[in-house]
Amino acid sequence: MSTASATGITGFSPGRQAAPVRHWLRLFGSELRNVFLRPRNLAMLAVLAGAPVFLGVVMWVNTPAPGSGGEGAGVFVGQIADNGVFLSLFAIYVLLTVLLPLAVSVVAGDSVAGEAGLGTLRTLLTVPAGRARLLVTKYAMIVVFCFAATLLVAGVGLLMGAIFFPVGPVTLLSGNTVSLAAGLGRLALIVCYVAAALSALGAIGLALSTFTQHAIAVMAAILVLVIVSEILDAVSQVAVIHPYLPSHFWFSFDALLRMPIDWSQVLHGLASFAAYIVVFGAVAWTRMRRANITC
Amino acid sequence: MRFRSGQLAVDHIDLAVPPGSVYGFLGPNGSGKTTTIRMLLGLVHPTAGTFRVLGTDARDGLNSVLPRVGALVEGPAFYPFLSGRQNLARCDAADPSADLRTARSRIDHSLDQVGLLAAADKRYRAYSLGMKQRLGIAAGLLRPRDLMILDEPTNGLDPQGTREIRSLVKQIAADGTTVFVSSHLLAEVEQICSHVGVMSTGKLVFQGTLAQLRSRGEPRILIRSTDAAGAAEVLGKLGLADISVADGQVSASLAEYAPEKINAELVHGGVPVAGLETVRPSLEDLFVELTGEGFDVNG
Repeated sequence: MSTASATGITGFSPGRQAAPVRHWLRLFGSELRNVFLRPRNLAMLAVLAGAPVFLGVVMWVNTPAPGSGGEGAGVFVGQIADNGVFLSLFAIYVLLTVLLPLAVSVVAGDSVAGEAGLGTLRTLLTVPAGRARLLVTKYAMIVVFCFAATLLVAGVGLLMGAIFFPVGPVTLLSGNTVSLAAGLGRLALIVCYVAAALSALGAIGLALSTFTQHAIAVMAAILVLVIVSEILDAVSQVAVIHPYLPSHFWFSFDALLRMPIDWSQVLHGLASFAAYIVVFGAVAWTRMRRANITC
Repeated sequence: MRFRSGQLAVDHIDLAVPPGSVYGFLGPNGSGKTTTIRMLLGLVHPTAGTFRVLGTDARDGLNSVLPRVGALVEGPAFYPFLSGRQNLARCDAADPSADLRTARSRIDHSLDQVGLLAAADKRYRAYSLGMKQRLGIAAGLLRPRDLMILDEPTNGLDPQGTREIRSLVKQIAADGTTVFVSSHLLAEVEQICSHVGVMSTGKLVFQGTLAQLRSRGEPRILIRSTDAAGAAEVLGKLGLADISVADGQVSASLAEYAPEKINAELVHGGVPVAGLETVRPSLEDLFVELTGEGFDVNG
């Protein structure tokens, strides 16, 4: 190409395109760098990491009597004194109510709307990044963030549990005791399950994000959705809609703490998450494909 | 292309941008320049019909042709929390045809071309407007392009910034890239463009070389004299059209008359000539003639 030599740009061969996997991964890497090196997101992750530390200290200062507890998060509280692993589970449970969904809503809301707000969406699309490629990369980034955030909470929770309390064979909710390794395996499964739940929420956020250039609006909408969903889930008069609520299966991960594992409950949850991902992924793509980028 | 209101935004445009030219895309604000550019770049979709860019039909997908087009639309848009270099790396990562192995040298080279190498690691947030615009152009220089589309590249810049952009445009054109630059700053277009297209309310009302646009304006002869009426009479006898007299000045459409001959006739007719000149309408006059007066500035 004559212009190549004229402008002195070397090493560019327009005829040869990088293998698709390569350039998708490169954009994905750039996306991850943008999210995980952004000061605001780092602050958010620091808060997520700080919460289990706080819970650990609180539980250590005012250790609950073994066997005490109750409903919901309470089922883990009574076991913390005996086994620090439960601090990790307790932290996941507590943060899944608001803080984890909030973090996901910030990243998912920012995904497309943030780019539109900065104007970088038009920069990327004229490069051209490709609308499908950009959207898929964005969602992959959201999923990675969901895993990273959950893993962070679980990991810091486990660390704090190990510092403040004894750690050993894990007594499951069904009363059986499994080895520490098996217990940690269960914890890993729970992390995956919760990350999948958050990824479904992320898909809703991605879809909403394609409709506006105000990331904060998407964030607020997601948060309202989560809170309304959790409230409705607690009202037995509307039990008929409970299985369709986005947050209904979030806390079903206790099924993974029984012997044998209640797979039907787990699969129900995963099916619900998958349905949300498919539906809102389709909405996001429909919108992204047709949107006129005028900002 | 129509707005959602049904108002026609851009209608039947055929932009003939000769390879190697610097094409000035003129038009008042709101005439459809940016909409046209957005459409060419695939950012907005035409409500009806199709279009071709560098010989490729939009229906076949613009993504195959856009890598050959560098663009700066509606001002630069980058991540404020990233440095100039990181921003370019992001743009390069988004380009499926870019090679990661040469990314570093290409990024440095384009930063160097726009004179931002020294400020490469500063955050974009801290850049001046001129630096931001130059970074926008640098993004277009990450790979060789056949066409560079610059939408109002000097908007809001100070004279120094404007000069920098102007010399960059000249340099890009000299390197063999066709440059398509939209503007409503006529002085700027006059200085850098070889070809112009003029938009008005969604239509292309003129297209051609700058010389062709200039030649649209009829030259006029302007005579200053203490005997304006006498001068007008002589011009009338010579058969000049469109004679007007005002403030001791007479002007008339010159057509093919030689000004020196007119001068001789005036002197011969005993008209004292204090000054005589031929004037062509300025680009601004031509522009206004093509695109309408707009808001009544004459009061």
